[in-house]
Amino acid sequence: MIEVKDIRKGFGDKIVIQDVSAIMQTGKCNLIIGTSGSGKTVMMKCLVGLFEPDSGEIYYDGQALSEMNEEQRKELRQQIGMLFQGSALFDSMTVEQNIMFPLDMFTKKTYPEKLKRVNEVLDRVNLKDANKKFPAEISGGMKKRVGIARAIVLNPKYLFCDEPNSGLDPQTSLLIDKLIKEITTEYNITTVVNTHDMNSVMETGDNIIYMYQGLKEWEGSNKEIIFSKNQRLNDFIFASDFLKDAKDMRMLEMKGKIDNNRNMDELLK
Amino acid sequence: MKLFTEFGRFLLMLRGMFSRPENGKMYWKEFMHQCSEIGIGSLGIVVIISVFMGAVSTLQTAYQLVSPFIPLSTIAQIVRDTVILEFSPTLVCIVLAGVVGSKIASELGNMRVSEQIDALEIMGINTKTYLILPKLLAAMLVIPMLVVISAVLGIWGGRLAGTLTGILSGAAFDKGLHQFFKPYNVFFALAKAYTFAFIISSIPAYYGYYVKGGALEIGRASTKSVVVSCVLVLFSDYLLAALLL
Repeated sequence: MIEVKDIRKGFGDKIVIQDVSAIMQTGKCNLIIGTSGSGKTVMMKCLVGLFEPDSGEIYYDGQALSEMNEEQRKELRQQIGMLFQGSALFDSMTVEQNIMFPLDMFTKKTYPEKLKRVNEVLDRVNLKDANKKFPAEISGGMKKRVGIARAIVLNPKYLFCDEPNSGLDPQTSLLIDKLIKEITTEYNITTVVNTHDMNSVMETGDNIIYMYQGLKEWEGSNKEIIFSKNQRLNDFIFASDFLKDAKDMRMLEMKGKIDNNRNMDELLK
Repeated sequence: MKLFTEFGRFLLMLRGMFSRPENGKMYWKEFMHQCSEIGIGSLGIVVIISVFMGAVSTLQTAYQLVSPFIPLSTIAQIVRDTVILEFSPTLVCIVLAGVVGSKIASELGNMRVSEQIDALEIMGINTKTYLILPKLLAAMLVIPMLVVISAVLGIWGGRLAGTLTGILSGAAFDKGLHQFFKPYNVFFALAKAYTFAFIISSIPAYYGYYVKGGALEIGRASTKSVVVSCVLVLFSDYLLAALLL
């Protein structure tokens, strides 16, 4: 579990995050959503320790991040896996070498053992016959899957995903969402996802934090979000008329006013 | 003020490089990789420059020595000392500042912009130690070697040009090479080579590591690193000459 207590972060005169508190639960997908510039990326970078908050505290399973010495931070970071927006794969290495890199660096396993583990995680993310390919030779969706494979290869306790769906088609986005959700429950890890993809919010959001201009504006689950009365959140989530209609339909469905198994062909006649 | 800020950040970067490696084997692999990249990667250009630099030195020295009272072997002495004292360390290092420096700056800049450095940090790796230190150590090991190779090839190029054009015989050139040779000059050349190696690896590493933005900024950082490295090489060249000669 990750606990965030009143963190504040600014750059120069600009305050990007203002006194945000939250709890990221283990075994659940914790989503940080918000418009561009709302502070969610800075929030994630504070969580993983790439930025130092100006005030406030972050606790990893009760241990304060600011009180950790360099060695303790290194140990913690080995329990963290992160999927970056642009995948951040090492260009000069093949897919196999990319995934094997953390194993090379932090374990004393033999080459066959490492290769076995690499193939296991590649299998887990449904990626086959890509071992010897370079990042430049694979698609965006495949890169994301390699990124996830690299993030989970050391069996992390915490998984961070920064906009995992950016630049992907809807079908591939759904696959990535499904994969993140499955990995979270399967390995019982604390997953934090930074997104503004509405499909992800509805599909994977066990716990959602909505940020607006550096403040935590709303918190709840994907089941609660649909009934939220927060105008800013509604404007953000259901931005288009199509999504507004979809929300109304879903609400009616949930209230039992529409048959969930209705025959759409009949309705469209 | 900005200059002091940048210098302070540069010093902090250097200090940050010295931490215990997470896995010595991986760091050794990276160090050897950098030795090959810097050494073998620059060998071709160093060979070409050195041979022509020595050849031109012979021709121009012969052109300027018009007095019949000066023995022809003096040409070899002048070529030897100019190549060892100045041409090989300084000229070669200025070329290497372009070849090696721009490569280091753009490689690190690209890694920074594409979040590869952040990915390494998240894994718990000290990126300054893993990415910068092997480059710096490799440069400090390989560049003095390149300077020595350059000096040998420069003198050989001078001899070749001298004999091929008939300015002086091989025997006269060899005689001149042995006359009034000061081993201290080699020490001076190596002192320069180590200093320049540090400059042309650390300055581009600094500009590349701290780049912000995108492709345009990587290009700017690369250019700036080469310019600053060249200026510092020339400045330290003067300083070392004033102090050591």
